[in-house]
Amino acid sequence: NLTLLSVGEGITGYRDDSLETVKRNEVQYGLPLRIVSYKELYGWTMDEIVREVGRKNNCTFCGVFRRQALDRGAALEKVDRIVTGHNADDIAETVVMNILRGDVARLQRCTAVTTSGGETIPRSKPFKYTYEKEIVMYAYFKKLDYFSTECIYSPNAYRGHARAFLKDLESIRSTSIIDIIHSGDSLAFRKNVKFPTLGTCSQCGYISSQTLCKACVLLQGLNKGLPRLAVGKTNTSK
Amino acid sequence: SDLLWSRVNKTSLKLAERSISVEFSGGAELLFGNVKKHRIRLPARETAWNLGSLLIWLRDNLLRERPELFVQGETVRPGILVLINDTDWELLGQTQYELADEDTIVFISTLHGG
Repeated sequence: NLTLLSVGEGITGYRDDSLETVKRNEVQYGLPLRIVSYKELYGWTMDEIVREVGRKNNCTFCGVFRRQALDRGAALEKVDRIVTGHNADDIAETVVMNILRGDVARLQRCTAVTTSGGETIPRSKPFKYTYEKEIVMYAYFKKLDYFSTECIYSPNAYRGHARAFLKDLESIRSTSIIDIIHSGDSLAFRKNVKFPTLGTCSQCGYISSQTLCKACVLLQGLNKGLPRLAVGKTNTSK
Repeated sequence: SDLLWSRVNKTSLKLAERSISVEFSGGAELLFGNVKKHRIRLPARETAWNLGSLLIWLRDNLLRERPELFVQGETVRPGILVLINDTDWELLGQTQYELADEDTIVFISTLHGG
């Protein structure tokens, strides 16, 4: 049994249009649709957050909030598994980003097809080995209704640089994307490397490696008028 | 065949103009005045029109902004898919493909965030 789950971040000119597309998908595929919004979950839309925080590090807020929003929406739907559309390009970009940031904890997890942790609903990425090109071509030939406009806050995103780098690499060596995923899969860590242990957030109960989960810390900052709290380089995990 | 040979000698060395359709999607249309479908007539010239020369022509005549988002060097920016009559251009020689009348070229960008 499949259900569509969509997250409304509250981004004018982007998410409002893509939610219209998902509503059409609901009809086209005959699948039930649930939409959860940042506004109802956190009290803030992304537009409001960007007004507070400025144009940098927006994806930090959005990514953290969306992850939790998906888990909360899935729990409301009482599903057994969450399936996301991450493709080979996405995963290779993530490996590159995590290497550039030295994020060892994420490097260990980011190529896994299925991830689970504690009480959260397991997630799978069935398109791990499917190139974005294949997906776009498939959608084109099947005339699938999909949304492809860029998020208005993404031009400044770090991932864009990783993507451009990856596509340039691919033009020199066509197996780059699959090779990088393979490298991510094969990464092994020395025994003396410390990894964070997973617990729960003391405030909201969500899975977290710190006392307070990232979403709660970010929200605290927003609500106190300290929008830079827990954002950017100076706040790597302690 | 003598008649044919004299005809060939008399015709101009210029190759025929080309009438083609060009489509943009996946966000690429934003660089071209947000218009997805274009009918284009390429003028006659001495060397055949190929995809490479079409790219230059598009950049110089149809592109409204930010050429670096469409063209990189002699080819499209990596991440933009090209279809020639619904076939992946990688199977048809990419920029070396010579245009024929009524060809449809589609550019689909995959370089959007979010």
